[in-house]
Formats: sequence, C-alpha cells, structure tokens
Amino acid sequence: MIELEDVSHSYCGAQLLSGISLRLQPGSFHFLTGPSGAGKTTLLKLCYAELRPTRGRVRLFGAELAGMDRDAVARTRRRIGVVHQDCQFLDHLPLAENVSLPLLVAGRDVAAEAENLRELLAWVGLQAQTDALPPQLSGGERQRAALARAVIMDPDVILADEPTGNVDWEMSLRILQLLVELNRMGKAILVATHDLNLIRAAKAQVAARVLRIKEQQLQQAGAEL
Amino acid sequence: MRRLAPLAALLAGDARADRVVPPSGFTAQLTRFTAGAMAFLTVFALALSLAAGRLADHWDEALARTATVRLSAAEGQMAAQTEAILEVLRTTPGVAAARAITDEEQRALLEPWFGPDLPVDTLPLPRLIEVTETEAGMDAEALRFRLAGEAPGAVLDDHSRWRRPLIEAAGRLRLLGWLAIGLIGAAMAAMIALSAHAALAANARVIAVLRLVGARDAFIARAFVRRFTRRALEGAAAGMALGMLAVALLPRADAAAGVLAGLGFRGTDWLVPLLLPPISAAVALAATRITAMRVLKGIT
Ligand SMILES: Nc1ncnc2c1ncn2[C@@H]1O[C@H](COP(=O)(O)OP(=O)(O)OP(=O)(O)O)[C@@H](O)[C@H]1O
Ligand SMILES: [Mg+2]
Repeated sequence: MIELEDVSHSYCGAQLLSGISLRLQPGSFHFLTGPSGAGKTTLLKLCYAELRPTRGRVRLFGAELAGMDRDAVARTRRRIGVVHQDCQFLDHLPLAENVSLPLLVAGRDVAAEAENLRELLAWVGLQAQTDALPPQLSGGERQRAALARAVIMDPDVILADEPTGNVDWEMSLRILQLLVELNRMGKAILVATHDLNLIRAAKAQVAARVLRIKEQQLQQAGAEL
Repeated sequence: MRRLAPLAALLAGDARADRVVPPSGFTAQLTRFTAGAMAFLTVFALALSLAAGRLADHWDEALARTATVRLSAAEGQMAAQTEAILEVLRTTPGVAAARAITDEEQRALLEPWFGPDLPVDTLPLPRLIEVTETEAGMDAEALRFRLAGEAPGAVLDDHSRWRRPLIEAAGRLRLLGWLAIGLIGAAMAAMIALSAHAALAANARVIAVLRLVGARDAFIARAFVRRFTRRALEGAAAGMALGMLAVALLPRADAAAGVLAGLGFRGTDWLVPLLLPPISAAVALAATRITAMRVLKGIT
C-alpha cells in the first residue's frame, strides 16, 4: 500500500536518508528505531506525503506521489492514519471535535457518525474527556486521542510516531494493545519508537519486523531483540 | 439570481466547518468597518454620478431644440426689425415656432438681478426672440446669413456654444463618479485581501493541521471566504443604510444651485445603492478566495 523505492532525503542539502526501500503490506506490523535525529519522523513524513523525497519514488496505494496534485495528496492522506509525534491538535476545539476532524474535512456527515465517535472514544478510554480542550489533557490522553483521530476514517495503514513518547509503562502497554488490536483487524502498522521494551512486549503478541535507521540507511534489526 | 444561489449557500454556511478556524476577535470589526466606510462613500459617489447624469440629460433635452435671436437696434427701428426677423423665421425650414419675449417676461427674467422696479422700457435692452426648432433642427449658418441681410442688429444664439461645455462637464463629472466607485471597490478588494492574508498567516498552524488530516485547499479557503464575505456584507449593509440616510437628509437647495441641488436620488435611483451589499460581498468573496488559494499553495 505504501512503497518507498530507493528514496533519499536531504534537508537544505544535508543528506539524512539515502537509498531507502520499504513496503507496507496489509496486515504487516513494523517498528522503526534509531537514535534521536536519525530520521524516523522524516521517513514517516515521506510515507504520508508531508515531504517529497529528494530522490527515489514513493507510491501510495498504487499512485506515484510525484504525479499527485494537492487535492490528490489530501484524498490520499485520508486513507492513512497518522499519530504525529507532537499530536497536532487544534487547541481551540474540544477533544471530540478534534477526533472527528478528518470526517469533517472529508465532507462526511459528522452528526451521522456520532455513535461511531462515542465508541471510538470509549475504546481509547476518553469518554469522560470529550469536551476537554487538548491543552487540558495529560500526555497519555493526548496520545490516545491522537490514535483515535488516526483511526476514525478507518484507514488501511496507521503510522505512529513515538505514540508512547511521554507516558508511563502501563499507559505504553495500553496504547500498544490498541495498535495490536488494529493490526489484528488487518491494518498495516508502522510505529517509530526508541523504546526497546515496547518492541519486546509487542513481539510477544504479533509478528513484528523491526527496522533501524543507521548511517542514513534502513536496516533489518531483530536478532538482539 | 442563479449566480447568487451559491453565495447564499456559502453565507448560510456550516457552523461546524467554520469552527475549525478560531474566531479572530477585533480584527473582524475592522473588516466590517472598512466595508461599511466604503459602502458609505460609494453611496455619495453614486449620488454624484446619477445627479450629473440627470443634469447632462436635462440640459441636453431642454436646450437642444431652442435658440435665441437677440436684436439690438435704435429705438425707432426695433418694432420693424423684430417683425422682419419673425418673418424670416416663419419661412426658415426647421423652425417650429418663434416668439418675441414681452416686456413683462423680460422684467421677470431680470428681476432676480436688478430688483422689481426696473424701468425696462427706458433701458436700451435688446429684444429677445425665442426660437423652437423642429425634430430635424435648422441650419444655423444659413439662418445667420439671412438675418444679416434682413436685420443687421440681430444675433442668433443656438445655445450650442455654451451648452456643449456644460454637457461635457456634467459627463465628465459622471465619469469621475463612476471612477471613484471603481477605485473604492478596488481599494476594498485590496484591504480584504490584506486582512485575509493576515488571517491566513495568523492561522498557519491550524491550516497545517487541517492539511495533515486530509483537508483540500478548497475546504480551508471556504472557512476564510465565508467569514470575510459575511463581514463585508454586514459592514456594507450598515454603511449603505447610513449613506442613504445621509443623502436623504441633505438640505434641498433650490434648482438654480445646479449639481449640488440635484445631489441625491430620485425615484428608482434609490434602488441602486441596494446593490452595494451584495456587490461588496462578491468582491470580498473573490478577494479572499484568490488570496487563500495562493497562500495555501505554499503549505504542504
Ligand atoms: N524541516 C526540517 N528542516 C531541516 N532539518 C530538519 C527538518 N526536520 C528535521 N530536520 C533534521 O533532520 C534530522 C532528523 O529529524 P527527525 O525528526 O526525522 O529525527 P527523528 O529520528 O524522528 O528524531 P526523534 O527520535 O528525536 O524524534 C534532525 O537532525 C533534524 O534536525
Ligand atoms: Mg521523531
């Protein structure tokens, strides 16, 4: 569904990633690790077209990113659920409206999906916080809200950037549980994290592949995990 | 009317979609004020243009088919020459009627300048003969030539000499009025574009989030377009109402005062300013949309 072929990326001439190839198949579960600043977030941005590669090809659901106009990019993003490292909420809207934002911008009838929204918020354990503004939420609540927003359009792929970045171990496991459930529903999952314990915990439940960015390249990791 | 339907739908709006961009507080009032001030000024420019147009038409119609023969002659010659002139005019093609102005009428004409006690009969005043032309009009040059033969003291004034510059002046005034309206419209478009630009810049983060969750540029632009269109409509409606009130309350000078006396609206003229709010809304819509689509292109 998401294919990167020999992709390189540099910011203002500074090479960060080079020769990266990656395929996300339905039902797959990938972890992406690497030291801070290695380019994990950058790689995810290439996967949902926030960035275009400086070299190589990106294919999203069979379409070449290079040939997509702005509207096509917007429509493609609706099929990819993203949990951003910094969550990316609209701080002036209550939680429920932030979570249903993808429905609204896609022109769907938000009122008609109210039941769906309630179930989703219950699934991530936020049914009591629907009217809270994002700045009033705890880190873990924000991460779960971001996950809820990522899945509300029922996407085939979910990209999560440090979804357990600022929460305790118990909450990390809870978020992992939600991701595993989504994977069991057949969704492709890619999680960027540097939490090796989280990866170990996941491997006990799903057949996850672990990729690592090292010296601009993408490597298969795993033996030591 | 059909073209206004999408505008109405846009203004009715979608409360939920509008909320994605946070409310902007006092700058909203500035947009309303600008639109209001512009509409107010436009009402006056309109009044000026319409009055100038009316004046030009009036002069054109009232004076187009009249001429005057002015006769200066010695006391004894006056009556005979007047008769000769009237005879010439009777046989001139294109002259519908000719009539000598009486002493009483002459006194009435001069009264505003010299007072009621003017001894008209003792003054060496020229005799005036009023000529009304037919639809086809007369050949002024030929008539002048004949008059020179029959009555050497007669001068034909077909009014065109002073009528033309007056009509030209009125026409120019009307043109200036429309030009002013055009400039006011353009200035409003520019100001709306500027404030839309500022609003887009202030909401850069909101826009980035909307793009990330899959919003098309058109969706984002609409949220801004709706706001600015509605504000322009409200402001222009208020400005128009105040402008019309001010025109209605203008003191009525009497007819002799020319353009200024005519400044105002007559009859159906009053309907013209009612177009200002929808036109302002349309201008705001276009200005905001063009600005938004342009700015959005620069955001991933
Ligand atoms: N827009 C940008 N312009 C220039 N440099 C950038 C930009 N975004 C990221 N970088 C640089 O690219 C490098 C990789 O950034 P990236 O966010 O992909 O790292 P990361 O692996 O996600 O790190 P972390 O684990 O801390 O989230 C960093 O050195 C960062 O400074
Ligand atoms: Mg990162």
